[in-house]
Amino acid sequence: MSNPTALTLLQAAAALRAGEVSSAELTRACLDRIAALDGGLHAFLTVTPEMAEAQAAEADRRLAEARRSPSTALPPTVGIPIAVKDVLCLRDVPATAGSRILEGFRPPYPATAVARLLEAGVVILGKTNTDEFAMGSSTENSAYGVTHNPWDVSRVPGGSSGGSAAAVAAGLCCAALGTDTGGSVRQPAAFCGVTGLKPSYGRVSRYGLIAFGSSLDTVGALAHSAADLVPLYLGMAGHDPRDSTSAPDPVPPVTLDGDVRGLRVGVPVEYFIEGMQPVVEKAVREAVEVLAWLGAQVKTIHLPHTDLALPVYYLIAPAEASANLARYDGVRFGLRRGEDLATQYLATRGELFGPEVKRRIMLGTYALSAGYYDAYYGQAQKARTLIRQDFDRAFAEVDVIACPVAPTTAFGIGQHGDDPLSMYLEDVFTLPANLAGLPAVAFPVGFDADGLPVGMQLHAPRLAEAELLRAADAYQRVTDWHTRRPQLQAA
Amino acid sequence: MALTIDEVRHIARLARLRLTPEEERRYAEQLSAILDYAARLSQVDTSAISPTATVSPFPAPLRPDVIQPSLPQRRALANAPAAEGGLFRVPPVLES
Repeated sequence: MSNPTALTLLQAAAALRAGEVSSAELTRACLDRIAALDGGLHAFLTVTPEMAEAQAAEADRRLAEARRSPSTALPPTVGIPIAVKDVLCLRDVPATAGSRILEGFRPPYPATAVARLLEAGVVILGKTNTDEFAMGSSTENSAYGVTHNPWDVSRVPGGSSGGSAAAVAAGLCCAALGTDTGGSVRQPAAFCGVTGLKPSYGRVSRYGLIAFGSSLDTVGALAHSAADLVPLYLGMAGHDPRDSTSAPDPVPPVTLDGDVRGLRVGVPVEYFIEGMQPVVEKAVREAVEVLAWLGAQVKTIHLPHTDLALPVYYLIAPAEASANLARYDGVRFGLRRGEDLATQYLATRGELFGPEVKRRIMLGTYALSAGYYDAYYGQAQKARTLIRQDFDRAFAEVDVIACPVAPTTAFGIGQHGDDPLSMYLEDVFTLPANLAGLPAVAFPVGFDADGLPVGMQLHAPRLAEAELLRAADAYQRVTDWHTRRPQLQAA
Repeated sequence: MALTIDEVRHIARLARLRLTPEEERRYAEQLSAILDYAARLSQVDTSAISPTATVSPFPAPLRPDVIQPSLPQRRALANAPAAEGGLFRVPPVLES
């Protein structure tokens, strides 16, 4: 096989089954491509070739056995090389969360999402770059350097799962895992021209995920199509006794039949705002027309409290983060600074957290502090209810909601400088799904004049991932934006 | 609303973060801008609205209260900056 890294996950799964390529060959091709290209992209923080080759050998054994006895049912993930965002733990593999404070940390146990996919036969190539503790929209907040967008290396890949999105777009892996607390799977998927799923809150276990905002964090995946995401999603989803917030509901099968006739698609007027790039609005409206042409019923809807999502999120997420990040005290794991106990906490945290993480810890501490709790955190929790109610009302009328992922295509590295508020505004369209706990899928629906991808997202009611993936797949069956790949040269 | 340097120092103390004078100045400015933006929430009438703490339906499923194997002590200590005799080692809390 000439270039196995050009295959989609499902194409690779078919080739593996047919014996046209082995998992060892596929894995070696990805590792070679990482060696050739990642110097210029910096999508990976850690590459794990020995582990990957051992997992590939085991997958090849399973595949050979299945070929001998064709009744053996193997999931399509067996032998598929993937990358994992560096906030998800793998046993004994360094996990940094993009932070210096976790330098040298080797988790004693794996995340449930990763462990389930390993059971399902995936090969893990390494850990991908992320904004520190997943706080950011560009990967510029990583303590280990920025990731470059494969479509234009002077631009960001989005964030915080920017390393995973860039790695998939550049063909360094078949697919990748990411996490989404305020858009961190969907926005990088949009900026890098790949398809990204943010499952419902509670659909995938958070056990072994380095916590950021515990009422918002979700584990998702990025790949070349909605169809490719299905086996990854099904491999991870379902109740985990180790995460009491994981949904006990059974996970229904996902049927991809291209049929969206009668599907009611809502287009919220509040998501087409002043200041967004006209090319984004045009591409999204055209994509909605494609769904209409396929037989969907499109209607204009209202989500009137959309403009509250940004202030609500940037109080609740930092408040939760300030509590979650209290564990980094230099006692049990990570690096330690300071000479005596009085200075140990202050110095460890002051020196080893980066600027954005400290900013959010400060913001959250303030929002939770005596005298300000009701005005900030309490009021944000109430306004969060209004945002949820908007969606509840909308889903009484429509099955899915279509809107842009971000107001712009990928912005330049350094463009937002030291202006956190302007960076937060990049998240305006992705935050509501996290606040309401809804599943959403982002996928490419066009390109701008500079050749940068434009993304659209679909939202569905809680636990309706199957409907979401079915609708995105129907669009991708009749369009080819998701098949385009960037032209890359070795650094 | 503008946060003063003293307020920033107070928050940093609560959060156990040592900041440089330059960081104190920058955070005073940036946090003030973010809180100004968030002030629009105070105009929303939420008198009849209950807060959302989680989107999970209650009650959360609980696992049976049965003893299961847990992380061995050796592995739990493996990432500690300092450990001794099966314990995390920290600087003295009380001087002798």
